[in-house]
Amino acid sequence: MDLLAQAIGHSFDGLTVLADVSLAIRSREVVAIVGPSGCGKSTLLSILGGLVVPASGQVLIRGREPPGCISPIAAVFQDFALLPWRSVEDNIRFVLDHRPVGPAEKRGIVADALRRTGLSEFAAAYPRQLSGGMKQRVGIARALAVRPAILLMDEPLSALDSQTRAVLIEDLTRLLDAERVGVAYVTHTLDEAVRLADRVVVLSARPGRIQDVADVGIPRSERARPSAQKELAALQARLWASIRDGAIAAEREVARA
Amino acid sequence: MPFRGRGFAPAATAPPAILAFATLITVWQAVGTAEWVNPLFLPSPAAIARALWTLAASGELWTHLTRSALRVGGGWIAGTAGGLVVGCAVGLFSLTRSVGLSLVSAFYPIPKIALLPLLILWLGIGETPKVATIALGVFFPTVIAVCGGVDQVPRNLIRMAQSFDVPFSTILRRVILPSALPAILSGFRISSSTALLLVVSSEMIGADSGIGAFITQAGNLMKTADLLAGVVVLSILGLVVARTISWLERRALRWRA
Repeated sequence: MDLLAQAIGHSFDGLTVLADVSLAIRSREVVAIVGPSGCGKSTLLSILGGLVVPASGQVLIRGREPPGCISPIAAVFQDFALLPWRSVEDNIRFVLDHRPVGPAEKRGIVADALRRTGLSEFAAAYPRQLSGGMKQRVGIARALAVRPAILLMDEPLSALDSQTRAVLIEDLTRLLDAERVGVAYVTHTLDEAVRLADRVVVLSARPGRIQDVADVGIPRSERARPSAQKELAALQARLWASIRDGAIAAEREVARA
Repeated sequence: MPFRGRGFAPAATAPPAILAFATLITVWQAVGTAEWVNPLFLPSPAAIARALWTLAASGELWTHLTRSALRVGGGWIAGTAGGLVVGCAVGLFSLTRSVGLSLVSAFYPIPKIALLPLLILWLGIGETPKVATIALGVFFPTVIAVCGGVDQVPRNLIRMAQSFDVPFSTILRRVILPSALPAILSGFRISSSTALLLVVSSEMIGADSGIGAFITQAGNLMKTADLLAGVVVLSILGLVVARTISWLERRALRWRA
């Protein structure tokens, strides 16, 4: 199943944030969306997830849901968005409660999501008892529990410290290779984009348009190797060159605001 | 380096509270025993305790207490039920918010006891106007507390639930109400105090039974020990209600610990 954004445009209170953005999130493909602050990355993700109706253009689903899929689209949030009054296990179960899934199957799905994200021993813990990294694992486990075809990840690592981020990048590398899921991955961090994505889409400064698209040719599992570093660094430099002017303009705009 | 971090962290402990209470009772009793003040104006704690015992032993106290409790209970439950429904509607929907906020702002400051004569005209003499007065008094602070609680629900939690296609009714029950619960329980504190004030006021105006009526009758007959016994009963009732709400808060909001 693929997710297609066709000529998406959007504005808030007369301020155009996205203009004519077309892209496809294909099954099993990780697409990173990068760009300067305020270029509409998160808005684009909200539009892809059906949380915002675009002012122009449309989002289409092409193809069938994969077998066993409970919800075709799932999301992972920057601020984790965990229900603080529910345990880890119950936070994951929350997204299954309204689905036609039997109790035994539900238990199995939750246990499986916990196992895949290394959370099995924290099933009974409450979010306040967890570190930022563990909270985001719960967010990822919750998204995987609905066996989505497309996963929307909105800066999932940006609230974490650098060490936790490094650990989670390694875990995500394994997870994304193991899961048969297409991913739209919004990030500010180019290093994250080139480590995790198959394709990096660069949005221009506001209004966000697609400015550049770069394929990451190295298999995800090999990108941590020293031999891959030179090529990834070159790609990162190219992406930065695309973004730099827009980033400076956005920074000055924020400073003036 | 001298310690500069002193203060600004008050913590209430039981021993000073008990000591202050015991000192007050002792001084009051000493004033009564020494007859520095006419017992008609200020009966001693011992005289009040005797009056309370006599009232309890004769069964008169329980008759008045039961009547008051039924009125408070009925009015509080009706006002709270209405306040929860309207508060949620005002917090969730644009139309009810537009209408409800202005109406609540207009009616909330009216002393509800001033409406008792009108309610007697509308509903007849009997229990109904008293219960209705209490229900009205409870309704408005409950609407405000519930609406405020709903407003404070983190938007990211609602967006998370929407992104997983969780139905509205489930979002209301599983996200909004638990998240608004601290504000709702704070509202219960205010509304229960209001209910107690209103039951006494309404019984003082138009009842021949209930703690308020008993206090009025005792005052008319200059039985000041009985009058203060009624006041003590009210104080204990207020304390029991406050403790019950605290217990509810501890149980329902354990996840915040």
